[in-house]
Amino acid sequence: MKEVFVRVDRCLGCHSCQIACAVEHSASKKLFGAILESPGPRYRLFIEKADGLNIPLTCRHCDPAPCAEACVAGSITRDARGAVVQNENRCIGCWTCVMVCPYGVVGRKQDRKVAVKCDRCQDREVPACVGACPTKALLFAEPDEFGAAVRKSRAGVLVGTLLG
Amino acid sequence: MERTTDGSSTAVLNAAGREAVETVWDRFEKQSPQCGFGELGTCCRNCLQGPCRIDPFGGGATQGACGATADTIVARNLARSIAAGTAAHSGHAKHLVHALLKWAEGKAPDYPVKDEAKLKAVATRVGIPIDGKTTQTLAKELAEKALADFSEKETPVTWAATNVTAGRVETFLKYGLVPTGIDSVVSEVMHRTHYGVDADPVNLLLGGVKCALADYAGCHMGTDLADILFGTPKPVVSRMNLGVLKDDAVNIALHGHNPVLSDVIAQMAKDLNGEATDAGAKGGINLVGVCCTGNEVLMRHGIPSATHSVSQEVALLTGAVDAMVVDYQCIMPSLQTVAECYHTRIITTMPIAKISGATHMEFNEENARETAKSIVRMGIEAFKKRDPNKVSIPKNALNALAGFSTEAIVEALAKVNAEDPLKPLIDNIVNGNIQGVCLFAGCNNVRVPQDQNFIAMAKSLAAQNVLLLATGCAAGAFGRHGLLTSEATNQYAGDGLKAVLTAVGEAAGLGGPLPLVLHMGSCVDNSRAADLAVAVANKLGVDVNKLPVVASAPEATTEKAIAIGTWAVAAGLPTHVGVVPPVLGGALVAKVLTEDVKDLLGGYFIVETDPESSAAKLMDAIRERRKGLGL
Repeated sequence: MKEVFVRVDRCLGCHSCQIACAVEHSASKKLFGAILESPGPRYRLFIEKADGLNIPLTCRHCDPAPCAEACVAGSITRDARGAVVQNENRCIGCWTCVMVCPYGVVGRKQDRKVAVKCDRCQDREVPACVGACPTKALLFAEPDEFGAAVRKSRAGVLVGTLLG
Repeated sequence: MERTTDGSSTAVLNAAGREAVETVWDRFEKQSPQCGFGELGTCCRNCLQGPCRIDPFGGGATQGACGATADTIVARNLARSIAAGTAAHSGHAKHLVHALLKWAEGKAPDYPVKDEAKLKAVATRVGIPIDGKTTQTLAKELAEKALADFSEKETPVTWAATNVTAGRVETFLKYGLVPTGIDSVVSEVMHRTHYGVDADPVNLLLGGVKCALADYAGCHMGTDLADILFGTPKPVVSRMNLGVLKDDAVNIALHGHNPVLSDVIAQMAKDLNGEATDAGAKGGINLVGVCCTGNEVLMRHGIPSATHSVSQEVALLTGAVDAMVVDYQCIMPSLQTVAECYHTRIITTMPIAKISGATHMEFNEENARETAKSIVRMGIEAFKKRDPNKVSIPKNALNALAGFSTEAIVEALAKVNAEDPLKPLIDNIVNGNIQGVCLFAGCNNVRVPQDQNFIAMAKSLAAQNVLLLATGCAAGAFGRHGLLTSEATNQYAGDGLKAVLTAVGEAAGLGGPLPLVLHMGSCVDNSRAADLAVAVANKLGVDVNKLPVVASAPEATTEKAIAIGTWAVAAGLPTHVGVVPPVLGGALVAKVLTEDVKDLLGGYFIVETDPESSAAKLMDAIRERRKGLGL
């Protein structure tokens, strides 16, 4: 199952992922339309700065997912794709999910006391944030695939360190 | 996405081997998706604390580090674009002024005044007494008066104040929009958009309008001086599109904007025909135009236009261009990279516009003909290295009737009514044969399949009896699609419009209707259309903002287009833009530009990307104006 992976050394902090996320979750699905909508759409990922690096924080779709486990209304469930999704009609706005999320990536709808989180773009093959990233800091890949790429690059570093 | 609706360009792009060469469309694809902050105009890089960006979805920053709001940032960015456009147009004009002054002082013998009547007319208009003066003296005085318009003065910019209606002057004075120097107002915009100066979005926009009026002055001066030096255009038959390139000739493309060099090349190229035939080119030298330099030499010499704007690289993909001589503005840096796939020489000529890898032949007015000769010889040398296996010239070249300066239009109308040339035009607007007038201007834009909006809108408006004028790459688009012809009038014009164009065309001795679209020249020559509107307004005794006249840049690209669009609005015209300019991030700015400004100036922007809806909105604006006049 593919996940969104982050290569933190590549993030320039341009926020294009956030714009694409909000546009994808708007009614018009177009930038010039989305900014005029009321209530406006919310993006579901965030960029923080730590130790001089830009760190995109995205929902990890954990399993078990602390947010789903903690949801007293049963509004957060896992869908057929394995993504942890939220049914806003059942949400009671108790914010327990916000309190337990290890990444702090559950937000609030603009107009209502309802939680909002990443749904890994149900209508898209590749999530909007990944598609929008100009430096490919965000990747949509199988964990094994991502790990293999990391191993390959680290192997090179190791050779340099041990034999160089 | 479809790249172009121009059949000749499509044929070249699809020819074998061409797909390996990267062009604007490939590069644009790699830019996608583009930055949303940039698209909305809400990225500020005006200080070293930036870039600051405003979150359009309200979750993050609502102000820049300094406290600038989205509207402040958008307005500052827009004003700077207008200033850049103004600097470009007026730089072009200034160049021509220097050429005239050098001739008057005996330093540039290759630039004699060609149109003395225009020299006298312009001098009179700007308040220089002409009686008893030699051409040299008058030229010197006019050039000095023009140069004085660039720096800060106590009085309004002459070329702005003397080329508008009295009503406009009053409106501009009322809102503090009168520039007192072209360069000084560009400088003022840079000052007021600097860190911590003007933060009021509306005040910034008014500053932008003031600068745009200096752009109008620059455009007008560019037209006036080019006419004086090289002649005022008269109707001329030529051909357009890539089929104007020749297998058996040395093909030299003249690209850019200023006629100051290209006109001299046009004057002397045939002197070197013998050298070209000696080199094996039976057809001699074949000059072709690209973009507005192309328009300038088309209007005055009938030199055919190969292509325009977004398809400039495609001309090189034919493998048949031996040299492309460029001056400045709208010259893609990629041309050199594309040229390296062929034998083509890219020759830069201006000290302020060089391209790495290209051949630089610095041009100056003092020895214009000699430089021009060396440049043409370079084309002949390159021809010898042309690889016939790489040549693929589309057959298609369409007839085009161009050369409609304001003077030429008035002259044609005078054939219908010698006493009162504007009367036939006004009578037909009043009786509804002509519903209104639309000026098409501006560029192609890679976001739009090339020419799609121009052609769809022109056909729709013509069918609804709107008289169409065009300049710059807009005129080029119409020419490459065959709309600068009598045939197009017969095919697409509504009955009323067709009757008028036929009557005037036949009276003027064309043996048929005027073309569906009147080609008025290059992009600085939007001033010609403004002159026509001012003349009609003065004749009717109403201001321009009451006339059923609209403007459209349906595929705009450049900052120059933004400046022109802004002065069109200031002139009082409903002005359509067919691509979304980077202003929507500032809700107040967007509202001012599309609604509130109407109450101040009469003109306003219409932003619409769909060509059919665009034509419908322009028709609505024309009907509203007609209603206002009781028509």
